[in-house]
Amino acid sequence: MEFLVASAIGLLTAAGIYLVLRLRTFPVILGMSLLTYAVNVFLFASGRLTIGAPPILVKGVETYTDPLPQALVLTAIVISFGMTAVVVMIALGAFLSSEDDAVNDAEETETPAQEDAS
Amino acid sequence: MMHWILMPIILPAILAPFIVLAARYHIQIQRVFSMAGVVALIAIAAGLAWQASDGTVTLYQLGDWAAPFGIVVVGDRLSTLMVLLTAILAFFVLLYSIASGWDERGRHFHALFQFQLMGIMGAFLTGDLFNLFVFFEVLLIASYGLMIHAGGRERLRAGVQYVLFNLLGSTLFLFALGAIYAETGTLNMADLAQRVTLIDADSTVGIRVAAVLLLLVFAIKAALVPLHFWLPSSYAEAPAPVAALFAIMTKVGAYAIIRVYTIVFPPDLEVTAGLHNDWLLPAALVSLALGMGGVLAAKKLDRLVTFAVIGSMGMVMVAISLFTAESIAAALYYIVHSTLAAAALFLIVDLVRTSRPHLDLTLLPPVAGAALISGLFFVAAIAMAGLPPLSGFLGKLLILDASFETANPVWPWAVILTASLISIVGFARAGSTVFWKAKSVEETPAEEAEDKLEDRPEPATLSYVAVGGLLALLISYTVFSGPVHAYMSATSEQLFAPESYFSTVLETPGKLSTPKEEAH
Repeated sequence: MEFLVASAIGLLTAAGIYLVLRLRTFPVILGMSLLTYAVNVFLFASGRLTIGAPPILVKGVETYTDPLPQALVLTAIVISFGMTAVVVMIALGAFLSSEDDAVNDAEETETPAQEDAS
Repeated sequence: MMHWILMPIILPAILAPFIVLAARYHIQIQRVFSMAGVVALIAIAAGLAWQASDGTVTLYQLGDWAAPFGIVVVGDRLSTLMVLLTAILAFFVLLYSIASGWDERGRHFHALFQFQLMGIMGAFLTGDLFNLFVFFEVLLIASYGLMIHAGGRERLRAGVQYVLFNLLGSTLFLFALGAIYAETGTLNMADLAQRVTLIDADSTVGIRVAAVLLLLVFAIKAALVPLHFWLPSSYAEAPAPVAALFAIMTKVGAYAIIRVYTIVFPPDLEVTAGLHNDWLLPAALVSLALGMGGVLAAKKLDRLVTFAVIGSMGMVMVAISLFTAESIAAALYYIVHSTLAAAALFLIVDLVRTSRPHLDLTLLPPVAGAALISGLFFVAAIAMAGLPPLSGFLGKLLILDASFETANPVWPWAVILTASLISIVGFARAGSTVFWKAKSVEETPAEEAEDKLEDRPEPATLSYVAVGGLLALLISYTVFSGPVHAYMSATSEQLFAPESYFSTVLETPGKLSTPKEEAH
């Protein structure tokens, strides 16, 4: 269980960072989404992993899972969802106005030939 | 009376939707409500600052839940000081944006402006790390809208960079919060400060990682080298009043560092010893040097100001990273000064832009209203570079004085003095190119024709009033620097003796407060 969750977080983060470093808006936004998934799972796990236990008081139940990380994750999910929508809109606006989806500023040294090669 | 502490957050939060829903097609009504809101904010902030000035810590428990379980809003000297500074800055920035017509060039400027204020005020007032994250997001999401206000190709591209960088920062913030929660089981700052002292000295790995992650997040906001890359292009491309308002945003990062790393992770705390108090100073010195070097190297006037902002943040961080009562007082003094000076400079750049085709530092005919603008630029540049008559010089002296207590004062002294010299040369070069040598340029017929085509307007009188007001504030800040510094020292002492903060936050009764007392 711990190994599965930990490696899932690690894999999501690694993939997210790789995509963010692509520096084209579409992969970058995908990478950001993967990173937010990773952080959501991480936040969820920060209250320790408990299987099959309720987060609220129930009569006759001895073990509980920590309810606070669940509330934090909900907040984080809502915020990251809104942020992704905003960044998609801004990136779309930037792409439509400049016909280019590169995240970096245009460099003088960058030639079209190199672009094709990559 | 105790509800007033929440007003700096509530008032913009109500005004912003009202402006969107009720006044979206009437720019004059929007202006009136926005302005009235900011003036009311100044009054409320002044009242809160007065309330906190005798050292009382005001606590507001939302829903009357006791501290570690409920969300709290805390107003001590530092918080109320920053709230007051934000309100005053917002007033001048709003005045300028109305006078210059920036608010008409895109939609929803005033609503976003109010949401931005709500986020900043909330970040200053909250006593809970997770709510700090939430208010960071509020101020960021409003700033994304303001940043691309009025549109344009370059601005949108800079906006994408700004948004992506800050989204990465937010993700990092959540990782830090998760790690802190996993280690301590709380996110309330006062409660956290108690619990980190209980951590076993042998198992500090988790809390150290969390502390460093958190510091990284705040350093991104404070534009500390090497995390400053988002700042130059986004501040230079943002609309001028927005860039002027953003002058307080880097200070939110500095505030968070001061707050968390004096109260929660104080420098003498064993479990995080040897982290921030060791390597924050070199980073701060590098950002100071790089910022002021950028002032000299900049090829455009707006980039010059953004690098001056990085340099001044470097100066603030040098003072903070010494982590003594004196140095934090000096840092606070410098924070107020550099916020006002940077905002004034951004607005002056916009005054220049009104009647100049571009902002490259090349010889062009003088701008409209050159005499007055050059005078304003002169005063603001003196303040920013830290030359004698104005508060930048005093702030720098205080920081230099505070650095005597460190083990090796040579480095701060050498870097601060050299960087100041470089920035003076940089500002002098820019000023003489834009204002002085411009007189020697003959207007060619072609340029005259271009003039007529573009119909260069002269900046409105009210714009000068806004900039002049900021500078007048700087001058009076210098005149009253004695009492101000005494107040900053008291603020800093409150940070280094946080017992009253802890007792107010943790021992004020509320719902569920009995289990807490049993635990003691």
